[in-house]
Amino acid sequence: MRIEGRGLVDRGQTLGFRFDGRDYVGHPGDTLASALLANGVRLIGRSFKYHRPRGVLTAGAEEPNALVEILEEGQHTPNVRATVQELYQGLAARSQNRFPSLGFDLLAVNDLAAPFLSVGFYYKTFMWPRHFWEGLYEPLIRRAAGLGTLSKRHDEADYEKAFAFCDLLVIGAGPAGLAAALEAGRAGADVILCDEDARMGGRLLSETLTLDDAPAVDWVMAALAELAALPNVRLMPRTTVTGAYDQGTFGALERVGLHLHLPARPHLPRECFWRIVARRAILAAGALERPIAFQNNDRPGIMLASAVRSYLNRYGVTPGRRVTVFANNDEARRTAHDLMAAGVPVAAIIDSRPHSSAVEDCPVYTGAAVIDSRGRRGLSQITVRHGGGISMIETDCLAVSGGWNPTLHLTSHMGGRPLWNEALAGFVPAPNAVPGLAPAGAAAGVMSTAGCLASGQRAAREVLEALGRKAPGLPLPAAEDAPYVIEPLWSVPGTGGRWARAWLDFANDVTVKDVGLAARENFASVEHMKRYTTQGMAPDQGKNSNVAALAVLADATGRTIAETGTTTFRPPYTPVSIAAIGAGGRGAGFAPQRLLTSHQASVERGAPMIEAGLWYRPSYFPRPGEATWRDACDREVRMVRGAVGVCDVSTLGKIDIQGADAARFLDLVYANTFSTLPVGRVRYGLMLREDGHVMDDGTTARLGEAHYLTTTTTAAAGQVMRHLDFVHQAFCADWDLRFISVTESWAQIAVAGPKARALLASVLDTMPDLPFMGCAGVGVQGVKGRLFRISFSGELGYEIAVPARYGEALFRDLLARAETMGGGAYGMEALNVLRIEKGLLTHAEIHGRVTAFDVGMERMLGAKDCIGKGPSRRPGLLGPDREQMVGLRPLDPEQALSSGAHLFVPGETVERVNDQGYTTSACWSPTLNSWLALGFLKDGRARHGQTLRLVDHLRGIDVLCEVCDPVFHDREGGKLRA
Amino acid sequence: MRLTCPLCGPRDRREFYYYGADDYLHRPAPDAPPAAWDDYLHNRDNPAGMLRDLWYHEAGCGQWLAVSRNTVSHDITAVECVAPLRPARKKAVRNED
Amino acid sequence: MRYSGLKVVTEGLFGNRGWRPAWRDPAPKAEYDAIVIGGGGHGLSTAYYLAKNHGLTNVAVLEKGYLGGGNVGRNTTIVRANYFLPGNSEFYSHSLKLWEGLEADLNYNVMHSQRGLINLFHSDGQRDAFARRGNAMINQGDDAELLDREGVRRLLPYLDFEQTRFPIYGGLLHPRGGTARHDAVAWGYARGADRRGVDLIQNCEVTGIDIVNGRVTGVQTTRGAIRAKKVGIVVAGRSGQVAAMAGLRLPVESHILQAFVTEGLKPVIDHVVSFGMGHFYISQSDKGGLVFGGDLDFYASYAARGNLPMVEHVMEAGMTLMPMIGRAKLLRSWGGIMDMTPDGSPVIDRTPVDGLYLDCGWNYGGFKAVPASGWCMAHLMATDQPHDVARRFRLDRFATGALLDEEGTGSQHNLH
Repeated sequence: MRIEGRGLVDRGQTLGFRFDGRDYVGHPGDTLASALLANGVRLIGRSFKYHRPRGVLTAGAEEPNALVEILEEGQHTPNVRATVQELYQGLAARSQNRFPSLGFDLLAVNDLAAPFLSVGFYYKTFMWPRHFWEGLYEPLIRRAAGLGTLSKRHDEADYEKAFAFCDLLVIGAGPAGLAAALEAGRAGADVILCDEDARMGGRLLSETLTLDDAPAVDWVMAALAELAALPNVRLMPRTTVTGAYDQGTFGALERVGLHLHLPARPHLPRECFWRIVARRAILAAGALERPIAFQNNDRPGIMLASAVRSYLNRYGVTPGRRVTVFANNDEARRTAHDLMAAGVPVAAIIDSRPHSSAVEDCPVYTGAAVIDSRGRRGLSQITVRHGGGISMIETDCLAVSGGWNPTLHLTSHMGGRPLWNEALAGFVPAPNAVPGLAPAGAAAGVMSTAGCLASGQRAAREVLEALGRKAPGLPLPAAEDAPYVIEPLWSVPGTGGRWARAWLDFANDVTVKDVGLAARENFASVEHMKRYTTQGMAPDQGKNSNVAALAVLADATGRTIAETGTTTFRPPYTPVSIAAIGAGGRGAGFAPQRLLTSHQASVERGAPMIEAGLWYRPSYFPRPGEATWRDACDREVRMVRGAVGVCDVSTLGKIDIQGADAARFLDLVYANTFSTLPVGRVRYGLMLREDGHVMDDGTTARLGEAHYLTTTTTAAAGQVMRHLDFVHQAFCADWDLRFISVTESWAQIAVAGPKARALLASVLDTMPDLPFMGCAGVGVQGVKGRLFRISFSGELGYEIAVPARYGEALFRDLLARAETMGGGAYGMEALNVLRIEKGLLTHAEIHGRVTAFDVGMERMLGAKDCIGKGPSRRPGLLGPDREQMVGLRPLDPEQALSSGAHLFVPGETVERVNDQGYTTSACWSPTLNSWLALGFLKDGRARHGQTLRLVDHLRGIDVLCEVCDPVFHDREGGKLRA
Repeated sequence: MRLTCPLCGPRDRREFYYYGADDYLHRPAPDAPPAAWDDYLHNRDNPAGMLRDLWYHEAGCGQWLAVSRNTVSHDITAVECVAPLRPARKKAVRNED
Repeated sequence: MRYSGLKVVTEGLFGNRGWRPAWRDPAPKAEYDAIVIGGGGHGLSTAYYLAKNHGLTNVAVLEKGYLGGGNVGRNTTIVRANYFLPGNSEFYSHSLKLWEGLEADLNYNVMHSQRGLINLFHSDGQRDAFARRGNAMINQGDDAELLDREGVRRLLPYLDFEQTRFPIYGGLLHPRGGTARHDAVAWGYARGADRRGVDLIQNCEVTGIDIVNGRVTGVQTTRGAIRAKKVGIVVAGRSGQVAAMAGLRLPVESHILQAFVTEGLKPVIDHVVSFGMGHFYISQSDKGGLVFGGDLDFYASYAARGNLPMVEHVMEAGMTLMPMIGRAKLLRSWGGIMDMTPDGSPVIDRTPVDGLYLDCGWNYGGFKAVPASGWCMAHLMATDQPHDVARRFRLDRFATGALLDEEGTGSQHNLH
């Protein structure tokens, strides 16, 4: 019900919205919760376990009950706090966790069965029969549990991420935060002021306070206007600082478009996740009021006193027609005064403090407590126990205050343990819990308005001093400075009998009795109690319940609260959508896409482009009449073996190494020797990790006396660069040596096949007469390039390199010429077949567990030292028990082999203990008209000629194979040297 | 988490690659006994407290850095280049090709 | 007290006043036959199997905090037997079999849910590597199926098959893989051990290990000295510190692994999905939260909390793989301290000190190992001989080169 003349909402405009299919009207400035309350809607949700009717408890992000789904066309968002969701024209919401409807929920039967659903009951039953768990019990539990639903459709909306940097991050724009931001802003510091609310001002917006004898809101507006005018201050409303991380990094979520009807603004993101780096930060996040546990304290209409004042003073809404207030501190009085001033009848003030004042303009019960409530879908009556006995009071709204908890969550994010403060009956932040972050105001346990203003200013002055800036020392407005007087009351004792329940954690349906039972079952440590009862694990993460639950546990175990300790608050402070933190990751955005200069040319020829790490490479180049990739692949292989093929190999890592000690360096990082390599020659190299296993392989060319060019595999390019930098900087920084990655500077194209020389001669200005493994500088139609006579196919082969900007042109030119010679482009499939036929390695073979010994290259390790040499001699890495690389051919050449199969001795059972090895690569060889495989076999080099059984259960392959040398094609290498 | 690179200034953790404790700097002699290699590669003090560990400014200057860092609080007290910084060389190596 | 549905009902009828403590809180005795240092999942299961399998009931578990307070209570709850290297295969296979009988054995519902684990692959090469793994699983007697793209689509229709950065080629399905309720595993073993007479002593930090002439004789604790001829160190996350009390330097570096849970949601993800290419894996808890994680933060740490780069990377991976989870809200993130070894596999072995045994180095795979780790550690402590399925988890394998490197990344602790 609206109260005329109250609140900050714009009553001049109306906004239509819909909840559970019914239309309502609210105003700009409303939240969904305030608008529903204004329309008399009290039942908004159902509780998690017992499906109890629930209404609004709070007026903020800590809301445990009023969680709804916000609907869009074809999509919806679950678990939205109605207390945070700003109203917009056309907003549509529905209740969740109920079936079939909010008013009539079948699972409310759980509430009747509550005695059998005692804490931890599921650990004690559902065990028999065993297979009923997955088949029956678990599906039932899963369906009953959970809150809102996901649409199961891709979230196609826009989200953003951003970085920001500042001298001072002020978290919270209440009196303390505003005072801090003003002080630091005026001093010229770069300030970011974040507040989770749409409107800055904190509690000053919700109280009838005065500052300098004027309404507090006036001071807020003036302060914000001044801050907005300062170029060094950035105001970030609707921005929740969600986490504190190392070295002054904070996560923050900005609700950019969630308060708007987004289809009308298609380019606006829903949310932006900020990474804010701050030299200093002030936590001015205020405090959260907490409820008091009594029997049936969870009915719609029972709210926090501060929430009642927010709805009344900020939104101009009274949540009830006849309100009662119940508190253990002065908030009861403040709330009653505001209500009465607004003309809302107050049925009674129930003050649990025996010695508090009984003089008010309404009935007052001191030393009294609410012990029960009634009203099925909303509060209608409470029962009060007082000095004179027990009274029933008709009321439709009960405002409760159990005191305040400083909002210290961020100070726990880096492991800080809050400290118990007896006078406040609450936890306060531990000092220096987050380096550079200072709590101020209510977050630091300062509860009066004047105290908050002064505390914020003081914190800012300390920051300015640390930053070396002079504090301007602005005068603060005069404000109330009442002491905070509280007498702890966590749970009203002696309420009800065996079946009575008093809620601590509304969101997870945890009662006082549950905590007691956990303690009786010796789940007495606070962490055990939390995990056993699930208290504090719901969407509000215990913001409403942790301290009271601790107090109840302390009582049940005969300890003090300080002795009982607390559980740990962890990021995020309030839940953050995965889409916001994961912004940019959707679709192809997850990782960079690296394209060859010839990419477009390959695409034009119909080649499917497949992922090779971050690169895309052509799989094969289909031609008319070819039905499958195999047809194309076989043709490309025959083309290379019979004529000439062209393949872009620019993805290989290329490292240019120069200096007088370059040769020495290569000798150190490679198993084999490069100092003996003549200028103008290329050598294959095997690089080991320091633990003696193969890291990578590739060729290195000596371009000059002190100039080498090393290539790496595509996959290991980054790892090798990192490794070379480490070896250089850690072990030989004083050597005369420089190197740099030139992977992207050069396009490199393989030209392979009997006609390779002829093809190249047609494009080069002069075709040098290179021996196998020779290299030379060449002119390519006037462009300076490099020619290497190397082969990954076993044929006469070259790789020609030109500056990357000429790559596409050269590729197209070579292809056009090759096609006139009976050749053409070949892709990754053919490349793989060619290298398997030749027994050459890829990372399928050098998969990280393989040594030089395993691949038959241990002789490369000569007398010199090299990385990995010592550890490669460990006994476990040598000898006949090692699986050594072999070739495999099926006895029947037509029988398909597969990679990932395991090898067995025929006649032995196919089980792990008889496993002899496995395959790493397999293909149909159109050259040899047989299936071929490479693999690793125990003592394999000594077993050439043996017959083994190759078993691939997953592909249904079970084939007898002969073990052979891994080089199937042209073992003598005559073709290479042709 | 941020590290202050001696060459580039304060940078976000995501620019850096992590290797491990600075044991990796103390490579045994080629003829060292197997136990020395075992210690070098595998065994670690693994302190819950101050550790000197190795980071690579991979998305930056390419320097390997030795970082004095508390493994409990993540406080960083010193960052040095693994390689001593040398003055720029007078004469570039000529590219002979 | 035996738990059953009937017991829950009768207790409910009488106000749930008859439930008794799940375990006692005994004061430490002056001497035990065996001491297990560490009251986490592995320590509790070790104590349980010492009592159950070997009749050793004069045993104490010494826990510096509360039972189950380490990684057993802060993981992503995945249970699987999908290893391929001999040494790992048989061990995790044994563990999965123990999981399958755990509720009946412990009389405690640990909610072991064999909902199926799918490892996605995104290239022919990855498919072949998973085929090798799947075949090894079948050779070991476990189950595996190779799914093609359409097979994955049938099970996981909500994945982004059209736009994701690394197209889905298929998946390796491990039907017996799944999840369990992590805390319940610790509590079930604790209650089982307690019922067999084991003393579970909380808030009792070991401050020294007493060794005389190369033999262990007991431990010093914050609650006094306790004698024992056999002591097992089962303190993943703090292995190096405790082993140092016996003069040992371990092949372990401690790293942070973060994990994440969303607010509760109605059932939406019915399997465990692992997206290795993006270092992302996810399942949905029975309470409704999406439970997911990624890779290590990649720096040595004991902080039990992480930093944003990995948080963001994990969420980005989730968004490229299954953008339907975008509207789910991250509720809580936390970090666990992982004992990372140079080959990614654990140690269950004797130490150079007689009577002192070591169970450590679980990397980020310790949860599923809890039953078999306890089983094998108990066997080792009781008989002084390694159990057959844990024979290769030797402490000296790094020195000898008999490595168990499933990832193939080599001796860099954080890469496993």
